Formats: sequence, structure tokens, C-alpha cells
Amino acid sequence: MKLNGAQILIHCLQKEGVKHIFGYPGGAVLHIYDALEAQDDITHVLVRHEQGAAHGADGYARANGMPGVVLVTSGPGITNAVTGIATAHMDSIPMVVISGQVPSPLIGMDAFQEVDATGITRSCVKHNFLIRDISEVASTVKKAFYIATTGRPGPVVIDIPKDITIAEMEMEEYPETIEMRSYKPTTKASNRQIRKAAELIANSERPIFYSGGGCVIGNASKELRELTRMLGFPITQTLMGLGAYPGTDKLSLGMLGMHGTYEANMAMHDSDCVVAIGSRFDDRITGNIEKFCPTAKFIHIDIDPSQISKNVVADIPIVGQTKQVLQALIDELKDKKHADISKWWSRINEWRKVDSLAYTKKSGVIKPQTVIEMLYEVTKGKAIVTSDVGQHQMWAAQYYLFDEPRQWINSGGLGTMGFGLPAAMGAKIAMPDRDVACVTGEGSIQMMLQELSTMLQYSTPVKIINLNNGYLGMVRQWQEFFYEKRYAMSYMDALPDFVKLAESYGHVGIKVEKESDLKSALVEAFKQKDRTVFLDILTDPSENVFPMIPAGGAHCDMLLAGDQMVSKDETDFNAV
Amino acid sequence: MRHIISVILENEAGALSRVAGLFSQRGFNIESLTVAKTNDMNLSRMTIVSSGSDRELEQIVKQLNKLIEVIKVSDLTSQDHVERELMLVKISSILKDGIDLKELVEIFGCKVVDVTEKIYTIEVSGKTKKINAFLDAFDAANIIEVSRTGVTGISRGKKII
Repeated sequence: MKLNGAQILIHCLQKEGVKHIFGYPGGAVLHIYDALEAQDDITHVLVRHEQGAAHGADGYARANGMPGVVLVTSGPGITNAVTGIATAHMDSIPMVVISGQVPSPLIGMDAFQEVDATGITRSCVKHNFLIRDISEVASTVKKAFYIATTGRPGPVVIDIPKDITIAEMEMEEYPETIEMRSYKPTTKASNRQIRKAAELIANSERPIFYSGGGCVIGNASKELRELTRMLGFPITQTLMGLGAYPGTDKLSLGMLGMHGTYEANMAMHDSDCVVAIGSRFDDRITGNIEKFCPTAKFIHIDIDPSQISKNVVADIPIVGQTKQVLQALIDELKDKKHADISKWWSRINEWRKVDSLAYTKKSGVIKPQTVIEMLYEVTKGKAIVTSDVGQHQMWAAQYYLFDEPRQWINSGGLGTMGFGLPAAMGAKIAMPDRDVACVTGEGSIQMMLQELSTMLQYSTPVKIINLNNGYLGMVRQWQEFFYEKRYAMSYMDALPDFVKLAESYGHVGIKVEKESDLKSALVEAFKQKDRTVFLDILTDPSENVFPMIPAGGAHCDMLLAGDQMVSKDETDFNAV
Repeated sequence: MRHIISVILENEAGALSRVAGLFSQRGFNIESLTVAKTNDMNLSRMTIVSSGSDRELEQIVKQLNKLIEVIKVSDLTSQDHVERELMLVKISSILKDGIDLKELVEIFGCKVVDVTEKIYTIEVSGKTKKINAFLDAFDAANIIEVSRTGVTGISRGKKII
């Protein structure tokens, strides 16, 4: 049977098991939409802005592990999606983006709605394709899904000119597998490296596990738990890794880095063996790299060889999937005798007593930390929580103790404001039976507000927790600390009435101004199972995120609540 | 330190821009780049001259390997290899006393490929240093135009990348 390029494309997506596409139609993709309309296997979610489509597919992928699929038109369609693609790229999220292109003969002629999609996206994708002939459609789709989901995952763009969607050919069988001589994602770690790592781990006296997003994306949570508990080691997780190891567990020291806990950062600083598992020594983790973990040896486990020794030189690099490497380490260390670390734990427990996440309540204002704690209580710690970017993101990461991987969804690498709402929508579509909360602020939420409309159309009930302090809080915090309180452009003078706004989109809006109303409002919001509820919560505008490592600081130089600066230069590293 | 990096990659549209883009995106230095098809029509070979510390070079090699179309990357400088560069240069025939063009052509083992009334076009090939030395033998005012290919290289003996 002869099919046109658009029909072949849709057929391929069905074969890949795609259930949802997030997209927006336009001239160059009309044939694709026509083919999409003629089938029932794939549900299309019509967003209100292409950036929302990319974030929606991203949230979907992060929640259920399936690749997110995006369909946009040429020109502004793909340029609007770029921020979402870059967001997914920075956090290694599997995604396939199909963009329409002007007909092949018009490429390069500055045609209407033409942009160089492969050129524009080149530096923020894992790979991209421009299809040149209808015969390439099926193999390109196969390659795109293969590349997006294997090795270190990432977004792949397929740019498809309109004439190719119209051309016809006999449909061949969709390839079951694909072999690419130039792309062989490394999977099997070297046994020698595993043995060396096991040796170092077993002999370490002040070890710490530092795990990241690679344990979530690599589905290595089970192995991470097993290994950590088997050894009884302290573990700290990055912003991207939260939940892979349960936040409520006694071995968990919480998050590390710029806004990490006192105990996590101090333990990193004094450790003699840092085991990085699917984490990449990002600058928000290391602070001043010269002063980072001065006494540690580093074991670095990552699927991507280019991450190893990029920021911090690894003593024992292990290239492989986190899941397999951790399993191999479990096997290797199971019967091995290891050094006593009880003294190390007693030091860590001393640091814990600092209680660095403690905060002082003030009468008459709602503390943002209280909101997150109450959200945790009302949802019993079981909700999927997405966030935008800023202070609220840090508070959500610090005070909602995630016990499961894929429960915490945020833009860690790119730090994209506007991510939270469409990501929550995508997560709800992926996991319709779960409660989904979007923790946001009045700044971030206004960047993607239009998706409230999509959420009504597709009945994706999400609870929006808007920590409204009137400021771009993280900007304000830096201005307070480092710009002598010159608050340039961090205050928003004219805000909408969010309750009315939510209502005008057909949702429920609740304003919370007093702490005494907070709990009942949250309970009410989650009781309304079928409705999106917008909780506009007025919070303390002067609150800051603590602890904080100021720029250029070491892990032992932290600013704690109450502007208390701790520094531990006098401490003897080797006094275990 | 100067490195000659040899890259074998799929001969596909956009592959060159991916490599060039990688260097600018990550702030890697690039002194020259040559590219052409190999004996396998589906493969291209690219030779890049870059400079940087050992750690930078390690990143360059790893990042190049990460590009989907790249099949193999090799640092030729770390092994026994042959390197050559080709230059076409136009020299004014009115030279300062004491400079004998024919003699220089002979010493440097190059070829005069075109002669007009006032200009000689000369083909020089060899290591970069030799080409630089040839240019240094003339007064800057006598050098009318220079076109260099950049370095290409290959490992010696049985070893292939």
C-alpha cells in the first residue's frame, strides 16, 4: 500500500509505542496533522505555546521514563520550542521533536516561516536530522528514538520538509532494530575499574556517596539503596537526583551544593572517598573548585565518558550504566571487610545537630518553608512535585523529602523559569492516578500561564502552589547579599489577581493570606480530585534560602539562617 | 601544546558544522581544519590542529567522540606520524637584491606552477615550519597572496585509525 510521508511518520510513531504527542499545528505540518487525525492510537495534546509542548513532553518523560514526543511547525514553531529542548538536553531527558520545514525546493530561499532548524538546535540536542527523501523517514524515526533513549539520553530533532510529507511510496516494514557504526553507547563497565573502586571504598574511613540524576534516569534507585544500606554509608543527592535514595532515610544527608545542608557539605569537604554516581560535578555542586573536597579521592561513575575528569579529575573513572555498575559494586563488596566508619558517623551526627534547615516563624506572615512542609504533610509525601526556578525550587527540594525516583521534576541544568506548569501537565498525563503539585512563584508561573487553558481542555488536574512574595526572590536574595540591597528590577509592581485568573481559565482559585488558613486550603485543593486548583499563597517577601555557599566559597563556608557565617578552617581534616 | 587530531566521520550533510560548532561552543582553540572524503565514499576524514593542555585535549577527544556521526578520533601527535601542509603563494618577480627565487625554490623543494609578467605562483608542501620558513625568506612586500590548506596527517606504518 502506498502511503504519504506524513502517514509513514505517524505509522512509525505508533510502532515506537508513542501514546501522547505534545504539539501545535501550522502550515508545514498540516499533512502530519491530517494523518494524526485519521488514527486513534496516539493522543495529541494541543498546547498553547510550543515551549509548553516541549516542557510538557519533558515532564511526561521524567515522570514515566518514556521518551516525550513533540510536534511543531517550521519557523516560530521550532524556535519557540528551543528553550524546552535545551532544558531537556541539560537534564538528559529522552525526547523526540518533529518539526515541519518549508518544502525542500524553498530551503535556503528565506521562505515564509523558514528557519534553519537543525542549525539553531544543533548545540542543544543530542542529535538532529533533516530528512531529504521520503525513503529516509522510517529509518530516521528509528534512529531518533534509538539515540534519544540509549546511552546518556537526550533530545533528538527531526526536521521534515513539507513536500516529503506529501510524497508517496510503498510502506516498508518498520525496522525492529537499528545498527549504527558511528553510535555505540558504552554499556559494560570495566571489571578492573570496579575492583579498584571496591578496594578504595572498602578501605575508606570517611566515605560519602554523592548521587545525581543519572540514578533517576538510569533507573538505578533499587541498586543505589541496596549498596548504600549494605555499607551503611552516608549519602547526599544532587537537585537532579533527589528521590533515587529516600530523603527520609537515616543515611540520607539531604541535598548538597550551593543550598545543600550543613551536614552534606561538611561531609563532602572532609571526606576521604567521594563516590560520584551519575552526577557531574556541576558548578552549583562544587562551589570553588580549588577548595572542593581537599582530602578526597574520587570515584566517578557515569555513562558519558566526557563527564569524567571534565570539572574534577577522577582517581577511578568508571564508564557505564549506573544500574549495572552499582550492581557490580554490590557483588564485589558483599563479602569484603570494610573499614570502621562509626567515628565518621559521629562527626556527621554532630554536624546534623546544627539543624541547618531550621527557620524561625514570624507572626502575621506565612513562611514559604512552612508551605512546603504542609504540602508534604497533606500529600503524605507521595505527590509528584514539579517546580519552576528560583527560591521556591530550592525550598521544595529542601523541605519535601522525596522517597521515590521520578517524584521530583525540575529544570536543574538550564534553570528554566516557566518549566513547572507544563511539566506538571505532562506528568499528570503520564501518571493520571498520582497527585501532582506544581510549586512555583509569581514570577515563574507568568512565563507559561497560557497552559492553564490546555489543562482544562485535557482535564489534567494539578495543584498549583504559588509562593507569592511579590519578588523575583532568588534575584532579590543575591541583590540583598552581593549588591548592597539594590533591588534592581526584582520587584513586580503589578500582579494579576491569580484567583480570578484561575477562574477565568475554568479552574479553582484560592487565596491564602494567613497561616491558619493554609492547611485547610491545601486539604481542600487535594480533595478536588478532578479540578486544577490554583493556590495563591502570600509568603514572607524577606525570606532567604539557607544554607548558602556564596560564590567562590568552599563547602565548609556556609551562610546559615540568621546571617550566621560558619567557616571551619581550623578543623583538622584527618581527625576522624 | 599543539595537537593534530584526526577524525573519521560519516560523510553526511551537517557533520562539518557539528564539529566546527563544538569547538566554538566549548571554547576550544582551532588553528586549522581540513576535510575531504576518504577511499570509502561514505566517510570523511577531518584533520584538526588545536592547542591546549592535556586535560583540554582529553575533553576535545571525548566531546568529538560524543558526536553521533563521528566514528573514530585519534591524536596523531601522540604517535609516529607524517604531516603535510600545502601552500600556493604568489610572489612578486621584482625581488630585493640577493634573493634568488630559483635558488629558494630548489632549496625548499617546491615548484613554480604559474608565471606571469610580474608574478610567480609557487606550490610549497611540507611541515608547517617549512612553509613558514619559505615565507620568511621574502620581504613581506613581495608576498602578494597566500593560500594554505592547513595540516593533514596520517600515522606511520601499519597503524590505521
